Amino acid sequence: MTTALVPARHYLNDGYGIKSWLLTRDHKRIALLYLAGVTFFFFIGGAFAVLIRLELATPVGDLVSDETYNKLFTMHGVMMVFFFLIPAIPSVLGNFLVPIMIGAKDLAFPKLNLASWYIYMLGAAFTTYAIVTGGLDTGWTFYTPFSTVASTSAVIPAALGIFITGFSSILTGLNFIVTIHRMRAPGMTWFRLPLFIWSHYATSLIMVLGTPVLAITILLVAAERVFHFGFFDPAVGGDPVLFQHLFWFYSHPAVYIMILPAMGVISELIAAFCRKPVYGYPFVAFASLAIAVLGFLVWAHHMFVAGISVYAAMIFSILSFLVAIPSAVKVFNWTATMYKGSVSWQTPMLYAIGFIGLFTIGGLTGLFLAAVGLDIHVTDTYFIVAHFHYIMVGGTIMAYLGGLHYWWPKISGRLYNEWLAKVSALVIFVGFNLTFFPQFILGYLGMPRRYHAYPPEFQVLNVLSSAGASILGVGYLLPMMYLTWSLRYGRLASANPWGAVGLEWNTTSPPPTANFAEPPEVTWEAYDYGSPAVVEHV
Amino acid sequence: MAEHIVPTRVYYTIFAILMLCTYLTVRIAFFDLGPLNVVAALTIAVLKATLVVLFFMHVKYSTKLTWAVVLGSVFWLGILLALTMSDYLTRAWRTYG
Ligand SMILES: [Cu+2]
Repeated sequence: MTTALVPARHYLNDGYGIKSWLLTRDHKRIALLYLAGVTFFFFIGGAFAVLIRLELATPVGDLVSDETYNKLFTMHGVMMVFFFLIPAIPSVLGNFLVPIMIGAKDLAFPKLNLASWYIYMLGAAFTTYAIVTGGLDTGWTFYTPFSTVASTSAVIPAALGIFITGFSSILTGLNFIVTIHRMRAPGMTWFRLPLFIWSHYATSLIMVLGTPVLAITILLVAAERVFHFGFFDPAVGGDPVLFQHLFWFYSHPAVYIMILPAMGVISELIAAFCRKPVYGYPFVAFASLAIAVLGFLVWAHHMFVAGISVYAAMIFSILSFLVAIPSAVKVFNWTATMYKGSVSWQTPMLYAIGFIGLFTIGGLTGLFLAAVGLDIHVTDTYFIVAHFHYIMVGGTIMAYLGGLHYWWPKISGRLYNEWLAKVSALVIFVGFNLTFFPQFILGYLGMPRRYHAYPPEFQVLNVLSSAGASILGVGYLLPMMYLTWSLRYGRLASANPWGAVGLEWNTTSPPPTANFAEPPEVTWEAYDYGSPAVVEHV
Repeated sequence: MAEHIVPTRVYYTIFAILMLCTYLTVRIAFFDLGPLNVVAALTIAVLKATLVVLFFMHVKYSTKLTWAVVLGSVFWLGILLALTMSDYLTRAWRTYG
């Protein structure tokens, strides 16, 4: 392994001062701008979660009023979904890594990339404005007719914020698609691409094809509030369920905007820490595309009790079951990759293992919900809340943190405290399960979501959940602290501290502004652990 | 990529057709065609959109990849419409509850 010293010139010291950051066109610096943004909104969204769990520690609604509680869970959802989960992995890790992994100097449209960050921040500003001027109480789903005629909260600025932020997502997706098509280094064929790239390609397709539908739908809600058009108002020939169709056409695939990049991260981590190529590479690659396409065909499983046709419900139920196939392909192939691998249990691998377990629980409970009969029993209960937190928090955030730890030496040029990092990973895993597993039981027993009070017999499980949330909170604060600490005091990282394969490890830590000293040429297959060409490199 | 030069005459012609279609939409709105009201309005709208995409957005003169992107988008819109209609067209037959 080469122990290259930190290069004299790299992207972090290539220009100082606020202007060199705010006007940068370097995808790596833009990734860090996004890192600052999503981290900020993660902790804002987290603060709302803290208040929710505090309220639910006791059966009576004593901490906040019912109306305030409505606003708390709405703003928690809006912040976490639109301003953290959707941009987190693609805009931070994807932005940093997509060009480097394919051997390019930057994304295809660097200025557009910077613009997408400003658009994201502008959208976030609108939504933050909605939060501080009265808040939002519609739920993150903005269901009509409540959002269009009944709610007195700040629906319009919040809707505009989400509309605007959508464009940052579309532009990022567009940028990735063009970059992956046009800017691969010589020798970097489609089937030599890291699976991280395949999953980001699939994610980008969803961003480009789905986001416009959400943007226009949410704009219709705002327009209907102002002009009373009646798209969703039965009194003038509209249909509130139409809103749900349009909303979920994007918002189910949006779950795959969160989880596909996460799966890409996990493929990288599993290969690196098992020192083996990912088992069945083409199947894992095509599973990403299959998830992206199938994800568009299942949306009405959110609407089984909304008064939709029984026959439509049957179609959507069957299609929803199909998504399990490519998802299972991935889980089985990761597991098969570990088989007889030389596994090392460093921090990123702990997150990867955590992801596989939690994603499997989240995914399998998704099958419960695809079955119409069972879904009707648990719709709008804590079972749903537990299910989607297993996917989004247990899946996406685990992968995000795993990826952040894995590539941190590359991003920052520094190493973090491995012991502290392992402890945090464990704290997060325990805290997460303690928070959300009781919610499966609560939901199955019939506790509805979105109420600030509940019958006393549900208290024990709710107290467990609130206790878990406080552990989870500590688990999230720890990496925040030791990663920040490492920026200044961490040991210097070599170019390839994990001895991993991949173009990002063939350049210095941190990389130069142009990513590579000289343009790379790829002569090896993906995850080619053990081949002479690769061993020479690491 | 070499830009295809389109004579301005084409743009003016398309613009005239679009205006004509708009006039037609307004006129048709004054006749009650029953269930065909929506069909008539949407047919004209689709025709107009197609003209804009083909000529104003230069898709007619673009590469196969551009065509694939455009047709892919239309296909995705088709998914949205078809599966939504699977609900609306069969809803009267039976719903839950
Ligand atoms: Cu869904």
